[in-house]
Amino acid sequence: MNAVAKPRAVDHWRDQHITLAHGAGGRAMRELIEEVIVPAFDNGLLAPLEDQARIAGSLLGHGESLAFTTDSFVVSPLRFPGGDIGRLAVCGTVNDLAVGGAVPKHLSCALILEEGLPVETLREVLASMARAAEEAGVSIVTGDTKVVERGAADGLFITTAGIGAIPAGRDTGPRMVRPGDKLIVNGTLGDHGIAVMAARNDLALQIPVQSDAAPLNGLVEAMFAAAPGLRWLRDATRGGLATITNEFAREGRFGIVLDEAAIPVADAVRGACEILGFDILYLANEGKLAALVPAEEADGLLAAMRSHPLGRNAAVVGEVHAERPGLVTMRSRFGGERVVDLLLGEQLPRIC
Amino acid sequence: MCLGIPGQIAEVTNTEAKLALVDVLGVRREVNIACVIRDGETAEDVVGAWVLVHVGFAMSRIDEKEAQITLDLLHALGEAQAEAAALRGVEATT
Amino acid sequence: MKFVDEFRDPSTAKALLREVTACLDQLGATEQNPVQVMEVCGGHTHSIFRYALKDLVPKSLEFVHGPGCPVCVLPMGRVDDCIAIAQRPEVIFTTFGDAMRVPGSKLSLLQARANGADVRMVYSPLDALSLAQQHPDREVVFFGLGFETTMPSTAMTVLEAKRRGLKNFSLFCNHITIVPTIKAVLDSPGMRIDGFIGPGHVAMVTGSAPFRFIAERYHRPLVISGFEPNDILQSLWMVLRQLLEKRPRVENQYARLVDPDGNRVGMQAIAEVFELREFFEWRGLGSIDHSGVRMRAPYAAFDAERKFTVPNAKIADPKSCQCGEVIKGVLKPQQCKVFGKACTPRTPLGALMVSSEGACAAYYQYSTHAVEEVA
Repeated sequence: MNAVAKPRAVDHWRDQHITLAHGAGGRAMRELIEEVIVPAFDNGLLAPLEDQARIAGSLLGHGESLAFTTDSFVVSPLRFPGGDIGRLAVCGTVNDLAVGGAVPKHLSCALILEEGLPVETLREVLASMARAAEEAGVSIVTGDTKVVERGAADGLFITTAGIGAIPAGRDTGPRMVRPGDKLIVNGTLGDHGIAVMAARNDLALQIPVQSDAAPLNGLVEAMFAAAPGLRWLRDATRGGLATITNEFAREGRFGIVLDEAAIPVADAVRGACEILGFDILYLANEGKLAALVPAEEADGLLAAMRSHPLGRNAAVVGEVHAERPGLVTMRSRFGGERVVDLLLGEQLPRIC
Repeated sequence: MCLGIPGQIAEVTNTEAKLALVDVLGVRREVNIACVIRDGETAEDVVGAWVLVHVGFAMSRIDEKEAQITLDLLHALGEAQAEAAALRGVEATT
Repeated sequence: MKFVDEFRDPSTAKALLREVTACLDQLGATEQNPVQVMEVCGGHTHSIFRYALKDLVPKSLEFVHGPGCPVCVLPMGRVDDCIAIAQRPEVIFTTFGDAMRVPGSKLSLLQARANGADVRMVYSPLDALSLAQQHPDREVVFFGLGFETTMPSTAMTVLEAKRRGLKNFSLFCNHITIVPTIKAVLDSPGMRIDGFIGPGHVAMVTGSAPFRFIAERYHRPLVISGFEPNDILQSLWMVLRQLLEKRPRVENQYARLVDPDGNRVGMQAIAEVFELREFFEWRGLGSIDHSGVRMRAPYAAFDAERKFTVPNAKIADPKSCQCGEVIKGVLKPQQCKVFGKACTPRTPLGALMVSSEGACAAYYQYSTHAVEEVA
């Protein structure tokens, strides 16, 4: 897969900024699509530029199920250490498929561009999407482009949808969970939330941390291979581990106890949290998942995760129990226990 | 109102305005160090000192000796309890 | 993390808890008749909940969560004044994140921002000063709030604004002082507090002298305390020992940080820029004499209260609110009539539900109310 625009297109393309003409359906739009967007994603399914991608044969093998998801991406700034909006747009949708047990196959990409967006920025975002798609082994096969007036969007919004196939026999969800199951995460929490906050620089903090944005489908396959009894997975994006575990506990009607000492956190993220009074449990991630697994498969799963580059810091961070259904608590290092509730709104830095 | 975090002064960024970078677990932020420059000291003399940071100001120097005295006292407390328990013939759980 | 992790060691905590328990037994404290110790500072309240210290100490000890959350005690009228300033088209209103959600009579700053006001969160008043330099065509107002801990930072920021000759920076001063407030609590009828865990970071600025009256006049122990869990447990133990010895005094557990004489540079900046107000209105506690500061006349040019006309309306606390009783230790948060019903973190009526440092919000957030909610 060719991740960069072909040289001929670069030479031909003269516009420096996106204008309303690029969304008007005429020649300018055609040029934008044919010379900037399609070459970036370069694949046989996208190239015909029909109104739909036509996928020959059956996507699904015998007994497989189709997984289908969509997600919109808005982030300010568009670029941050460890990623950009393009990488998020691919990884987010790939991960939403992967945590359902699906093997992601194809993605769509709908762009909303703000008038005045530098074409160079768009090219970089598209190249980043292409790289992430290649990492994940998926292709971007259909899309759409709209341009809105200056001020009506923040540079660039992306919506992706994705389809994938869930192999026969893979069944995850709340019904599968049993008391005693272990809760595992694949690495340090909060890196993405802090990296984006640092990039925004409102708080003038220099924080040596990179977003964890990454496609997790490879890791998930390794996890199913090591622990076929995996009960339930979700990716811990907005709202962090606290939100995801609350969803688990409420939907599954069981209790979860987290172990504070076991939760992996990068030093700089901890430093930023201490300074700003943030709770790590609520920080966003873009390459982290939480998995519930039978206790007897936990060790094998942990070993398999730790030998994968995206799971090196994997850890068992909690346990399911039958008491207090719907409630998530955390055991502090002191043995005391406190409730971990859903966050009221966004986390604000505090001085108290 | 009192979120204060220990950090170490890394380098002076503005001598006149008494600004310096403070390091907290690798996170750096420019802070005002006027409160922690002692009589007869220059801003540069504070580099390397541990301070308590509150809303962008280094508010007080952390006295490493006093910190150690507190920790030693607490450590001794644990040991004294263990001894007392041993005398009673019970094993102290620490 | 140096100077943090050493003071979070669980085995030390266990040793301290054994001493605390022994002291409580010697004092004859019971669950029905507990020793009540007030932690004055909201930061201590936060640690007590975060580390679940409340559940680790014997039931014969009751933490009473004091008035030391300056965000919580900000009256609605002052929040309305903030919003009136923030809504002026020329103003960039800067604030600590804590104050964003505090409800005024109609809006919070967060809601005012959604309605179009230019409200920006900053980590430090210095950042507000930078904004003023970056936007010479706008008026940058900083929402100064907090106890003595935070006063030097805003005072020095005003001094720096003067040094730089900035004409478009001003401070909306809502600083409050802790000592008159502790005194008001001690003077209130029905007060049952046996001793105090003193505000370490306030004392870092003021020194220990301002707290002496608590021992001398009211015969209650006060131990100036750090904020890590073992700091708090050690301070609690020190308070209990004073009660056993029947010799109340001011002790300093936080000697690694608190100089008994306080911070000279910080106190000088405070004295230069601020003067006491005759009285200041507190949410939940009413008007307390000499409990707030305002800017001195020579700094009038940097005083947002003089620069902009504000409604300055006094808005009474809701009648059903019993925050005052909770702050005095007469009621526990969940004993308040409206706790968890009309008054929740989403719809706070009273001061103590407003910020996460508020005792009621902490009870609500960290206690097991959610069990009933979902079961």
